[in-house]
Amino acid sequence: MVPELGQFALALALAIALTQAVLTLAGAARGNAAWMRVARPAALGQFIFVAIAFGCLMYSFINKDFSVAFVAANSNSALPLQYRVAGVWGGHEGSLLLWTLILGAWMVAVSVFSRRLPDDMVARVLGVMALVNVGFLSFMLFTSNPFDRLFPVPADGRDLNPLLQDPAMVLHPPVLYTGYVGFSVAFAFAIAALLSGRLDATWARWSRPWTTVAWMFLTLGIALGSVWSYYELGWGGWWFWDPVENASFMPWLVGTALIHSLAVTEKRGTFRSWTVLLAIFAFALSLLGTFLVRSGVLTSVHAFATDPKRGIFILAFLTVVIGGSLALFAWRAQRIGLGGSFDPVSRESMLLTNNVLLVAAAGSVLLGTLYPLLLDALDLGKISVGPPYFETIFVPLMAPALFLMGIGPLSRWKKASLPNLALRLRWAFAVSLATALLLSFALGRSSLWVSLGLLLAVWIVAASAVNFWERISNFSGASVAARLAGASRAYYGMLLAHIGVAVFVVGVTLEKGFEIQKDVRMAPGTTEQIGAYTFRFEDVEQVTGPNYVAAHATITALRNGKVIAVLHPEKRFYASQESPMTEAAIDPGFTRDLYVSLGDPVDSKTWIVRLQHKPFVLWIWGGCVLMALGGFFAAGDRRYRVETLRKSIATHAALGATAAGARLARAAVREKSR
Amino acid sequence: MLVLLVMNVARAAESAPAVHDPQLDERVRALAETLRCLVCQNETIADSPAELATDLRKQIREKMQQGLSDREILDYMVARYGDFVLYRPPLKTITILLWFGPLLFLLAGLGALFYRLTQRRKEAEVELSETDHARAKALLKSDDNEIP
Amino acid sequence: MKYYLVLAVFIVLVAFLAVGLTLNPHEVPSPLINKPAPHFDLPQLRDASKNFSERDMMGKVWLLNVWASWCVSCREEHPVLVEFAKSEVAPVYGLDYKDKREDGMSWLERFGDPYRISASDYDGKVGIDYGVYGVPETYVIDKRGVIRYKQIGPLTPEILKHKIIPLVASLNNG
Repeated sequence: MVPELGQFALALALAIALTQAVLTLAGAARGNAAWMRVARPAALGQFIFVAIAFGCLMYSFINKDFSVAFVAANSNSALPLQYRVAGVWGGHEGSLLLWTLILGAWMVAVSVFSRRLPDDMVARVLGVMALVNVGFLSFMLFTSNPFDRLFPVPADGRDLNPLLQDPAMVLHPPVLYTGYVGFSVAFAFAIAALLSGRLDATWARWSRPWTTVAWMFLTLGIALGSVWSYYELGWGGWWFWDPVENASFMPWLVGTALIHSLAVTEKRGTFRSWTVLLAIFAFALSLLGTFLVRSGVLTSVHAFATDPKRGIFILAFLTVVIGGSLALFAWRAQRIGLGGSFDPVSRESMLLTNNVLLVAAAGSVLLGTLYPLLLDALDLGKISVGPPYFETIFVPLMAPALFLMGIGPLSRWKKASLPNLALRLRWAFAVSLATALLLSFALGRSSLWVSLGLLLAVWIVAASAVNFWERISNFSGASVAARLAGASRAYYGMLLAHIGVAVFVVGVTLEKGFEIQKDVRMAPGTTEQIGAYTFRFEDVEQVTGPNYVAAHATITALRNGKVIAVLHPEKRFYASQESPMTEAAIDPGFTRDLYVSLGDPVDSKTWIVRLQHKPFVLWIWGGCVLMALGGFFAAGDRRYRVETLRKSIATHAALGATAAGARLARAAVREKSR
Repeated sequence: MLVLLVMNVARAAESAPAVHDPQLDERVRALAETLRCLVCQNETIADSPAELATDLRKQIREKMQQGLSDREILDYMVARYGDFVLYRPPLKTITILLWFGPLLFLLAGLGALFYRLTQRRKEAEVELSETDHARAKALLKSDDNEIP
Repeated sequence: MKYYLVLAVFIVLVAFLAVGLTLNPHEVPSPLINKPAPHFDLPQLRDASKNFSERDMMGKVWLLNVWASWCVSCREEHPVLVEFAKSEVAPVYGLDYKDKREDGMSWLERFGDPYRISASDYDGKVGIDYGVYGVPETYVIDKRGVIRYKQIGPLTPEILKHKIIPLVASLNNG
């Protein structure tokens, strides 16, 4: 009964989405207010029915209803409750339901937080999002129905993949999808702007907070995925340049370019067509990612149940949505115009260079991910593109961007002076160089890459400090507290996000540069030394868990004779899986992680143990958290909140009353842009 | 379950090297990390739990003990499994686009940027008089100037 | 006009992805096609005192099927192979890969033996020389000992009908 209800709710949601898309977009084109007003209630309606469907599926999971095929494939009578809940998105069909639920949530958010937007804008934005929803709901109902029944009802389910039976499973997909799907808002705003022909600084101001929040969630989602694979997969890796990982990283790169581009469009009214194109690209990459993961076109450990038939549907959908958007762009972009001009040395040009670097990086990741497919399709042989490729091309592209991160915020809009910048930043540069060199020597053996990474990271922090110092000392007369409060939230957000990047770079540089890994044969009593740490193998025994049997080892980590941690790596054998799972034991720390995992057994008491010392690995994800936090502050800036907007509108309206006033108003806008 | 454990032990016992030579082990591991496992295709031969990976590690070890260089062992692998087995795609005619693509993207992007910058210079500018500037500044005192 | 460039690139990308849907990314094609079959000299499965080598087959067109008693997909393919062997289109020889002799022989007892001779590749070294990565795999080798075709995965009647049998015919005539 409940699954049928869920399926019916989905069908209703589809009907509402279809109606909404047609009415609101047609209404906006014709100026029909009644049709346009359908937008907000319809968005809420879609969300409610998808939520009902979602609830039904969760109900089926919690109650172990194995007559539902999807539940049978992803659950088990022995599965603990939290994983029965997370199991809802543990497979292809359920994850699509999660996608549409989150899209519905974003639509409701847009309809709630858009009171100040003109009606036709809201109608178009929600209409475009509804179209996307139509695609996903149809995809579900016609090819990937989570509510398909299974007869005869199996006695027990196949179980959720043990790799997914982890707390991170509860967080990672929802957070990641919130980011992924959130780029549909920026996309919808871009399409709405193209459709209406109104593409100006105000449009950028509306789009920005939505894009920043989506970007924030995507940053956190990717970081969560990385942490999860780090402690779950047992080898201590945290990024594998796997096609599915790349599928989430590419939208992130373009999304980062987009938030910077939106900054320029909002401030100066320039880059308009480029910003629109980026918004389309970001969402296109999200959709492409969805395709790559579910179509079987690429080999990936993350890939869902691969099925070329489903692949055809998504590819068609992708072609229509993105092809249509790009066609619309090509048609309308010519009318958009260039906007204000700026000097070759200016904040605009630096932000644009940042964009070029980020988009080149995203393009390169796409090239590497799809190249094997390219060659195979042309019958030119079969190659595989692994991490060595990505690392080789990614770092040189990002290094200049990191360098610019220091200079950009200090540059004036429109026209900056290189000598002036060099003067202001000379100490920051000296400090960075000195710190990098000192650290490289202090840490012992070091490579060029390590020194470069440290240099860039310290550079970003030092330049940000200069920026902050200049800002605080600019407001004459006021107290320090007033000066601190005078800087906007968006400013602090920027500083924090950039510092987050620096922290991230430190983590990556030091971890990769100084990590030590040893595979040793250990039996009770064996010790092994890594740096200042000693690892002593105490014992290994067999234990039984809720749905597995495991070899449970005890290894003590000591430093200078004192016990630091007692670690328990395991090798688990789940009833439902063929190969065993490696559960690593980690002693986390601010400056290093100690990572121990079991390899192969030699005999009942002797195992090959992998011991790893990973310096500063937590800084990698700490940096991501800071980035996301920065985004959070930036999105909460007061100029996105209603009162300030009203005030600005009043000011500009008053100014516009006379002809002279109109000229002053333009001057005011230009002054404000500096 | 115990059966699996025992089976694992038995298989592993075959794979654990007879002679303990850490330097050779290190060299084997380093090379194995540049080769892709064909069974668990998202892992290297060094990390993969597949039996083929264990066999190939043994082969690498033997070849090294026979005196083959790293390059020769890689050629040995490619002769049998093709370029797919290389974790780092080789530089050949068909992969030139792969390796130089990123550079091309960068140059194209910078080129377009440069073109745009020089084009914009030609656009006319509206200049303000001093008084206008001053009035505008006064009006804007309450607003924050430095929003990023 | 230049704005349409992006759309054009996108269409090309979609075309590649569409083609990609028909391909199998897991399959690793053999670099040994049109190259001489790697040399081996292994004890036979049934009679360990005798050996079998690919050199014994010079002058004939034959199939080398890599199988094992622990391989589940081999069981799928086996009836097809037994039928094919009866048809005498081409002789079928086996390579028992990473298998204990007793296990291999009892498996053949149970499911039938289509092989004129099976060689026992206990440590899997010959398999590695032939680029074996997933059992079952089948090679079609011509009169001069050159590998002409490799089938990765189980043989099916369709593959036999459309690929193997025509190839064997042309090799026999050529």
